[in-house]
Amino acid sequence: MYFDSVSAALHMAGHGVYVWSAYLITVAVVAAVLVLPLRREKAFIRQLQGTLKRQQRDKSDASGT
Amino acid sequence: MWSFFHKLGSPPWLYKISGSILRWLLPITLVALAVGLTWGLLFTAPDFRQGNSYRIIYIHVPAAVVALAGYYIMAIAGAVSLIWKMKMADVAMKACAPIGAAFTFVALLTGAIWGKPTWGAWWVWDARITSMLVLLFLYLGVVALYEAFDNKEAASKACAVLSLVGMVNIPIIYKSVDWWYSLHQPASIKLTGGSTIDSSMLYPLFWMIASFYALFACAMMLNMRVEILQREARTGWVKRLALGGASRGAKS
Repeated sequence: MYFDSVSAALHMAGHGVYVWSAYLITVAVVAAVLVLPLRREKAFIRQLQGTLKRQQRDKSDASGT
Repeated sequence: MWSFFHKLGSPPWLYKISGSILRWLLPITLVALAVGLTWGLLFTAPDFRQGNSYRIIYIHVPAAVVALAGYYIMAIAGAVSLIWKMKMADVAMKACAPIGAAFTFVALLTGAIWGKPTWGAWWVWDARITSMLVLLFLYLGVVALYEAFDNKEAASKACAVLSLVGMVNIPIIYKSVDWWYSLHQPASIKLTGGSTIDSSMLYPLFWMIASFYALFACAMMLNMRVEILQREARTGWVKRLALGGASRGAKS
């Protein structure tokens, strides 16, 4: 590691606040770019499952009566 | 060759193949990003003039490179969708827009954060920065235009035309640092001729650019998969997939 201590790595001779904030924002955007579509896919499949099960139930109710 | 293109147009095939690719590409990308971020942040020496603030290069440049490459992909997909009416090209175009916007946003924001200690200003209306802002608006324009139309076909056409017209901005971004007097530095990495960056800084930068390309590919496939499912919701294969997931969920 280039820095001697954790505090030196955090401070980066006065540039720490710029560098760390830029990296943290990037990590947050990267996480959002990957997690959001995964959550949308899961939510969509769950919603479709609900609709299909409801349709199956309605069909079996209709055939039962 | 032609059978491959034929397969590319098949939603179930694309959904399946993207799932298999993501299974190995996504973990590799995450590891590569973690390695690259740590390398740039903690294991490289500071720049002799800019000090530690230059470490932002390892996210700023890859984000900008991929934001531009993403626009090419979006415009090419738009052209294919417009000319050959290929539905999956339209899906690819729609998938590119929000990711491209996210990467352009990262490039602009990290550039602003880097600008403060280097230039003394968060923002300047410089040719490179302004043309990148236009790129962000073009990406957001495509996202907004898709939502503005009820008719999917009309939305697809309008977005394809917007992406193709927006291509004029790409050479402007590339050449802005040469054409105008600019605060932004010219390219440090050159394919022809020598690069003006030390190899100890260049290797982690190349690593991060490759990781960001892989990240773009992953995010694009993830977005395409959702879009494919939504468009194909009434087809048998999506219904079977949803019900298969339900039975798997019930067993676990």
